[in-house]
Amino acid sequence: MKNDIITLGYGSGAALTRQLIREVFVSKFRLPTLDDAACIDNHLTVTTDAYVVNPLFFPGGDIGKLSITGTVNDLSMNGSVPAYLVASFILEEGFSINLLKRIVDSMQKTAEEAGVQIIAGDTKVVEKGKCDGVYITTTGIGFLPEGIDLNVKNIKAGDRIVVNGSLGDHAVAIINARQKLGLDPAPISDCAPLREVIEILLNTTKLRFARDATRGGVATILNEIYEDTGLGVILDETSLPIKDSTTVLCGLLGLDPLYLANEGKLVAVVSEANDDMLIQLKAHRYGQDSAIIGEVTKDVNGVYLRTALGSLRPLLMLASDPLPRIC
Amino acid sequence: MNLKYYRAPDLIKRVLKEIHEYRQPVTFMEVCGSHTMAIGHWGLRKLLPENIRLISGPGCPVCVTPASVIDELIKLKDITIATFGDLIRVPGSDQTLEHARALGADIRTVYSPLEALELSQKRETVFVGIGFETTIPGIAYTILEAGRQNQDNFSVLPLFKLIPPALNALLIDDEVEIDGFILPGHVSAVIGTQAYDFIPQKFGIGGVVTGFEPLDIVLGIKKMIEQINKPQIINEYSRIVTTEGNMAAKATISEVFSIGNAVWRGLGEIPDSGLDIRTEYSQFDALRKYDIQITNIEGNTACRCSSVLKGKIMPFDCPLFAEICTPNNPVGPCMVSSEGSCAAYYKYEK
Amino acid sequence: MCLAIPGRVVRRTDNNMGLVDLGGVTKEISLIFLPDVVAGDWIILHTGFALERISEEDAMETISLLQEAFGQEKTCLSL
Repeated sequence: MKNDIITLGYGSGAALTRQLIREVFVSKFRLPTLDDAACIDNHLTVTTDAYVVNPLFFPGGDIGKLSITGTVNDLSMNGSVPAYLVASFILEEGFSINLLKRIVDSMQKTAEEAGVQIIAGDTKVVEKGKCDGVYITTTGIGFLPEGIDLNVKNIKAGDRIVVNGSLGDHAVAIINARQKLGLDPAPISDCAPLREVIEILLNTTKLRFARDATRGGVATILNEIYEDTGLGVILDETSLPIKDSTTVLCGLLGLDPLYLANEGKLVAVVSEANDDMLIQLKAHRYGQDSAIIGEVTKDVNGVYLRTALGSLRPLLMLASDPLPRIC
Repeated sequence: MNLKYYRAPDLIKRVLKEIHEYRQPVTFMEVCGSHTMAIGHWGLRKLLPENIRLISGPGCPVCVTPASVIDELIKLKDITIATFGDLIRVPGSDQTLEHARALGADIRTVYSPLEALELSQKRETVFVGIGFETTIPGIAYTILEAGRQNQDNFSVLPLFKLIPPALNALLIDDEVEIDGFILPGHVSAVIGTQAYDFIPQKFGIGGVVTGFEPLDIVLGIKKMIEQINKPQIINEYSRIVTTEGNMAAKATISEVFSIGNAVWRGLGEIPDSGLDIRTEYSQFDALRKYDIQITNIEGNTACRCSSVLKGKIMPFDCPLFAEICTPNNPVGPCMVSSEGSCAAYYKYEK
Repeated sequence: MCLAIPGRVVRRTDNNMGLVDLGGVTKEISLIFLPDVVAGDWIILHTGFALERISEEDAMETISLLQEAFGQEKTCLSL
């Protein structure tokens, strides 16, 4: 490990994060895979996730809502039905109890929407300056219905890549708020529970694999698929759903929406993308801008984007967070 | 300003078809890192005929920042260092700013120099002044604003670089063989096309000022070919760029800065290619305030960045390229920023 | 070098600042280097400063000339 201290890059969700997990955790804990969630006896799915976000409240959500959707989505991605959550809070000395109530209220509302119960928890308080207001960790339990097997190894050449809407919305909302870029109207996070979107995919097509495109964005997930299966991916630039506000912010800062975090978007690999699937996805509030954005292929090694000009642009795995550029 | 026409595949392909009719081998240098990025982004290199070679020049302000700058910044204690984002991964001789931040340094990335001025209201702040003529006016204005606010907590580390003197230095070098420049559109918006008149006059080669949309770039190349036998400076980006540039921006630059030498990572010191903060504004000069010396420390001696920056070799001709030197572990300036030519080649052309 | 994106001036505000529409979202930026721009003008924006005006006529002329040269149907250009 370079320089043997933790830098923010190890939390980027990109190659450095994978390296850290591999070199520090997987070997010691003898983990079978690098997955977010684990399935016990093909029936019980368990996952845990820590939430740190600045600012705590942002357009479209807050740390409370995020702490539910993120964990529920990690459970949903292998086809499980999320059922229970356990939440633990690290609170900073001096933090407003009213704000904490707002966060907890938001958690409860989101849990109701996602159909999960919060059944236990823990709190700790640390000295002023030792944390950023509130950190939340939620652990989720879900049940995997019989006969569902969404393993990355199921992916085959010819499969199509589907996303349930515009890319990069969460990152853009956070960057605009954090950097005080003052875009008006302020971009809104896509923070949402995705169990119902998965259900539509399970009911309308042969869903092979799904992953929520959080840190690292869509390009990182596709690169992981390439690493795990050896199958290439070609995306079609003209079919990527991207909001105007995202294009603007990416233009300002020299960022690529394909590498930006989402909190309400998944990348699904399906054997066939039929009309029924798209109609049902688009009819759902969390799927209005769903699109088929590319396909799995043996023709290329790696992940590529076919530009509007017909040329192929490689989409590499990034080492770390994408940085804003002036150039 | 709908850019769709400047991205229209049919028009671009028609222009490319005309470019393909030209058979002579030529080498053009795209000076600007944003052009390098745009060429990679649209996959244009593969759409050009093999006889037209594009090489990337030194136009990436992050890449040409010497390692010693990073070392000096890391030495500064108990102040806020405000910088444009991608500088935080530029390797010093030992560490990056990102690494220093992990060890407790207060390093903030900003979008605008005015944000750095705002930070100085809370804590003593140094803004890392990197950039070419495009970025310099805004930073000059920020210094004037600091003067108006009497903001003693604010200073700027002047690391600015000027494009025309760098092109002059490249052309004086006998080993650099190019048939023309693709000139940076947004630098030219400030300095005007007249700043390049010396190129055909003194060196007998031409250049085209062009924009960053794919149509701009292919039109620029087409116009380069058309003027190869009568070298001149052509303005393809006339929707933005004028002959004399932006007078107000140039006046602001002159008010705050005077011409000085600058150290370019990979190229060494180039006379008159930088800017010093004038004495009237010396209270905002981080070089004086913190007694900082910028030297030309070259890191890994096997690194061939200086030859890449001069267009003498292509990135993949360097023994370190993609083996030891990668975007995750950049050795030289061209791999440091994502728009550096080695990084762009690693990312787009490997 | 130097990312800059186009925007349209919505209105000038105090202190040589102005509100620009960047394609669906607005942002306040400095117009200090373009003392003469008015609402409706197109500009390019870099690190919070408008650097230069964009001439729509010029942009359209470039496209029209190309379309003419390639014998294409001239589109009604609304840039």
